[in-house]
Amino acid sequence: MSIAAVNDGWRWKQPSVIPGFGLTLGFTLVYLTLIILIPLAALLWRSASLGWDDFVRIATGARTLNALKISFGTALAAASANVIFGTIVAWVLVRYRFPGRRIVDAMVDLPFALPTAVAGIALTTLYAPKGWLGAPLGELGIKVAYTPLGITIALIFVGLPFVVRTVQPVMEEIDREIEEAAATLGANRWQTISRVLLPGLAPAIVTGFALAFARGVGEYGSVIFIAGNLPNVSEIAPLLIVIRLEEYDYAAATGIAAIMLAISFAMLLVINLLQSWSRKRYG
Amino acid sequence: MADPALHAAQPDVPYISATTESRLWRAVLMAVAFVFLGVFLVLPLVLVFMEAFRKGVEPFFATLVEHDTIKAIQLTLTVAAIAVPLNCIFGVAASWAIAKYEFKGKAFLTTLIDLPFSVSPVISGLVYVLLFGSQGWLGPWLKSHGIEILFAVPGIVLATIFVTFPFVARELIPLMQEQGTGDEEAAISLGASGWQTFWHVTLPNIKWGLLYGVLLCNARAFGEFGAVSVVSGHIRGQTNTMPLHVEILYNEYNAVGAFAVASLLAGLALVTLVLKTLLEMRYGGEIAGARRH
Repeated sequence: MSIAAVNDGWRWKQPSVIPGFGLTLGFTLVYLTLIILIPLAALLWRSASLGWDDFVRIATGARTLNALKISFGTALAAASANVIFGTIVAWVLVRYRFPGRRIVDAMVDLPFALPTAVAGIALTTLYAPKGWLGAPLGELGIKVAYTPLGITIALIFVGLPFVVRTVQPVMEEIDREIEEAAATLGANRWQTISRVLLPGLAPAIVTGFALAFARGVGEYGSVIFIAGNLPNVSEIAPLLIVIRLEEYDYAAATGIAAIMLAISFAMLLVINLLQSWSRKRYG
Repeated sequence: MADPALHAAQPDVPYISATTESRLWRAVLMAVAFVFLGVFLVLPLVLVFMEAFRKGVEPFFATLVEHDTIKAIQLTLTVAAIAVPLNCIFGVAASWAIAKYEFKGKAFLTTLIDLPFSVSPVISGLVYVLLFGSQGWLGPWLKSHGIEILFAVPGIVLATIFVTFPFVARELIPLMQEQGTGDEEAAISLGASGWQTFWHVTLPNIKWGLLYGVLLCNARAFGEFGAVSVVSGHIRGQTNTMPLHVEILYNEYNAVGAFAVASLLAGLALVTLVLKTLLEMRYGGEIAGARRH
């Protein structure tokens, strides 16, 4: 730190000749406060005013616990499936050249673009007992629609682009020379992939997993149609919030929302730490 | 061209290269990827259109010209027409403040802007119920003044703004940070005013990135379900957006009607994907999001 800076005292903004700082930052802060911060503060205030006993009663109620378990369990399963298949899809898109590659690449973003309700009714019809996939699976004794497996399928759909789009750019930047070096040193292809390439991709894969998981936990539209929504069996936490709201039980709705928010923010923190760690380590 | 090493560097040559898999493994991995994408992405999309036209063209159009459907389409268009421009202005202002200046707390501000992406859509709706509902902070005051926000259009607009909040800002911030402040400083030192600098220097630099952000923001604004569902009140013909109308028709066992409205939304999603891909192909260098892929 220079002496001049010490003499100037603490300065929170570097001087700039470009005008508009006050206007743009002012507008940003006002808009952010009105749209995001005050409403979220209302939620925090509400849950804080619940009182500890009420909060524990809501949080440890069997139906709440089961809904949270189902939401987090299915999101975990879906994110894991997406890590495996998403990484394979990214690999195929980055490494192989085939006709229509651009179209396949663009299709990966479909879950971002397709409204969740549309995905929800389409997946339900597909996996319903008489559906295109539901009927053959039913003959094998696998019931998908209206079970936690159906929820997982819907969450795989919404989470897929998160993994592919996080892993793909890192894969594109892998230096071919390190693979050549590994091969020259006698590694076979599998050893090169598992010991040289995958460790470099790990931070991106973990970030993609976390993003898909976080999205899956909060997902509502694509899930409620296929879930069947049986309390304690296939009822997700966001749906339980809606149900409590419809019963005018604002306290319970707020309590469940606060638990979900706390876990989501913890996830966000982990994602940010992972990203800064991987930036530091892999540039 | 007798040297095989020259050929081995190219992926299409049938040598076993040290940096790619054997043919068999390539075929297996591609098959896994295509089957996975086919089952999870293509099949649901195809199904939407097949179901919409299952009973022919007539029932399809019959649903679309129903009063409630037209009202739902109008409401969705209105909501998007308010939410998207507002978030667009916010995105430009926020990215100007964050990218063109150095100040303390910038990283924290950026995290706050991303916040809505990590909140469940249902919670995004719930916060407005807690704020404006009859038991909420402002509920009694609003009621005594006859102002309707919840279970009315303003609530739907607010919830949509909340969930689409980060899209434009998150595209423009990295783009403008990359472009730096050199162009603007040059314009200012040559005597341009702040607005002139923005219109003639900054905006041309960011226009494709801005369009990209608006495209994604718009797609989400049209399709938002969870947040809007909580604040809408589901009044047919009044507070029903297109995705909510899909739900109502579906729950009434009107599958053809539900998929007819759904096919409009799916069509919009496809148009969004096509435009997004074209933007990435044509102006990839001027879009931050395109390089993250």
